[in-house]
Amino acid sequence: MEALWYYLVAVMVAGYATLDGFDFGAGTLHLFVARTDAERRTVLGAIGPLWDGNEVWLLAGGGTLFLAFPHVLASGFSGLYLAMFLVVWTLILRGISIEFRSHVRSELWRAFWDVVFFVASSLMPVFLGAALGNILRGLPVDSSGRFNLPLFTDFRTQNPVGILDWYTVLTGLFVWVTLAAHGALFLSFKCDGPVRERSRRAATYLWAGAAVFGIVTTLATASVNPALYRALPHSPLAWVGLGLFLAGMVTTFVALRLRRDLLAFLGSSGFIVGILVATAACSFPVMLRSTLDPKFSLTAYNASVAEHGLRVGAIWWVLGFLIVLGYFTLLFRLHRGRVKAEADGEGY
Amino acid sequence: MNDALFWHRLQFGFTAAYHYLFPQLTMGLALLIVLFKEWGVRYSDEGWDQASRFWIRIFGLTFAVGVVTGIPMEFQFGTNWARFSERTGGIIGQTLGMEGMFAFFLESSFLAILVWGESRFGPKIHRLAAWALLFGSWASGYFIIATDAFMQHPVGYHLGADGTFELTSFWAFLLNPWALRQYVHNMLGAVVTGSFCVTAVGAYYRLRGVHLDQSNRFVKMGVVVGFIGSVLVAFPTGDQQGKLVAAHQPVALAAMEGHWNSGRYAPLVFIGQPDVEHRTLENPLRAPGVLSYIAYGSFSSNVKGLNEFPVAQWPTNIELLYYSFHIMVGLGTLFIALYGLALWRLVRGRLERTRALLWVLMLAFPFPFIANTAGWMTAELGRQPWLVYGLLPTREGTSELVHGGQTIFTLLGFAGLYFVLGLLYLFLVSREIDRGPSQAASSH
Repeated sequence: MEALWYYLVAVMVAGYATLDGFDFGAGTLHLFVARTDAERRTVLGAIGPLWDGNEVWLLAGGGTLFLAFPHVLASGFSGLYLAMFLVVWTLILRGISIEFRSHVRSELWRAFWDVVFFVASSLMPVFLGAALGNILRGLPVDSSGRFNLPLFTDFRTQNPVGILDWYTVLTGLFVWVTLAAHGALFLSFKCDGPVRERSRRAATYLWAGAAVFGIVTTLATASVNPALYRALPHSPLAWVGLGLFLAGMVTTFVALRLRRDLLAFLGSSGFIVGILVATAACSFPVMLRSTLDPKFSLTAYNASVAEHGLRVGAIWWVLGFLIVLGYFTLLFRLHRGRVKAEADGEGY
Repeated sequence: MNDALFWHRLQFGFTAAYHYLFPQLTMGLALLIVLFKEWGVRYSDEGWDQASRFWIRIFGLTFAVGVVTGIPMEFQFGTNWARFSERTGGIIGQTLGMEGMFAFFLESSFLAILVWGESRFGPKIHRLAAWALLFGSWASGYFIIATDAFMQHPVGYHLGADGTFELTSFWAFLLNPWALRQYVHNMLGAVVTGSFCVTAVGAYYRLRGVHLDQSNRFVKMGVVVGFIGSVLVAFPTGDQQGKLVAAHQPVALAAMEGHWNSGRYAPLVFIGQPDVEHRTLENPLRAPGVLSYIAYGSFSSNVKGLNEFPVAQWPTNIELLYYSFHIMVGLGTLFIALYGLALWRLVRGRLERTRALLWVLMLAFPFPFIANTAGWMTAELGRQPWLVYGLLPTREGTSELVHGGQTIFTLLGFAGLYFVLGLLYLFLVSREIDRGPSQAASSH
């Protein structure tokens, strides 16, 4: 049961990264690939109906973690206290920049929200990547299962560490480049005209960057957390993830060549899901790795709630998840096809 | 003041109270929007559709702010209340997780269709979206109330040796009698907020002499729904809520009423200032026996006073609890009177000519927000000094490694951000109101 919930959390994380990932990427790039107001409204028209649903994966993922592994939620969130609030404030600014922009027909108003949208969308992937980096590097979890980190110390990966060090900055940049590429691929799939062309050109460069960063980060992880790779030979699931990661990388390269927009986007989605699945499989069952003593680590077995809650939760969770898949199928069907800018005032 | 507990509580209380200004309006409006749309379908009357379109625009803005201010609430369980989350996560994680799965996904999937999709997807899907938002937002309300109900009146759990709460009965927890009653009371409060806002805009248009057809519809719908809501929120639901408090949290009831000495024929207090240091109530205006009757159904019932309980069990801020309760009850009573009068004028067909009353209806819209906030403060201050009533003290629930300096920093951040957010929201809503409900006037 604990293992099941561990992977359900991983499913939510992977779903969130892939789905909200493309709208973060779109926000990171929109200033550059969409120049006029009509073009920017096309970008917002592409992600506008989807971003809120995508973001719910974060909240539902948090709920999943809360109900199965409250110790991990409590330790991780309170330990990364300041970073968590930077995430929260960024999400607030990002949400209102999408929703408020269209309400006033004024160049200044819209320019302001465009920049807010850009800044918030660029920061979020860096935060998420740094969070992933912190989990991979390990945290000074003590015997009570707690830690509290400052934002940064000396940028080295030995204790006393901060939330930002060279490694977590690297993972942050890796995720930033990857999601920018992912967003560019989404826009070249959903938009038309100059936005599509510029997005595709941006995607070519960014995807090469994502591949390079992916390899560098993989090597760096080997030096920061060698134990992770020792688990690799024994985990078939990790091989599946790794295969998906590499297949996605190649698919996107090829599909960009062939100008197959949807295939390229699916490739980057596989790349993201693959690396997260491989990481989750290699880390299992450790959720928060203690750098002080391995026996202080929070794992799926020592941080979970009692059996009954996990059993009951699994029933409604799976039921709910099927309904969610239904919503997303309906949503993507209703909003299928390339977007054209709506008349001003009748859409995002 | 220097301890971290104070700042953790202030931050959670502030962000929760601010957040709830928005969902109470969207939950109320969701019902009114569905009513407008269904009236439009039933009477094939384009005017009702136009009313729904106007309120959907306000709904969209309000919903957006509700979403972004709701995110911090989810995070703060982990960031500020780590020990509480750790010990109760096996229970309240269920409802918070269900809120994401069953409410948020539904709402977020249909929001854009409701706000922007009417012409693109047609009336059928648009009508479905209105129902989806009503169902989703009201379901969301239930999961939060059920979470709170566990803290107020824990059921369906087993307390482990290490102080961890384990779920033993999912249905007992989910259908907590406290949750069922508080839910109906709370949702009616939201309906009152929604209908006061609809009425206020209608009254504003009437007084200005613009959009008169829509103004009539807003006022008619707002006054009828607002009157029904105002009555039901007080009786039977508020009354039942009071009886639950009397039965399960007698010390909270005593503090809410500034009731110091136990005794039969306990009085209901209308006005007075509690002096906790001297354990008295200054210049009280009371109705003898009424508190006994409300709490236990008989004028001669004994209502325990605060003096009967050890000080350690007293709510930590008796004065604020007392005022919150009295503000809620006082405003609730005035709402019934105001909307009763408005309904009487409406039925007689004279409301649109009664300008003084229209002025009052226009200016009354902030007060349900105050009453709802005061109601939540009554519930949560009355729960003190406990996080889980009688079992987990509030001071044992905080994140022990997060110090006051970190929390003051984030609290100040929220204060600044929410101030700006509030200004922007009011600015945009007032533009929408000025723009008016007629589709033709879409120039900004």
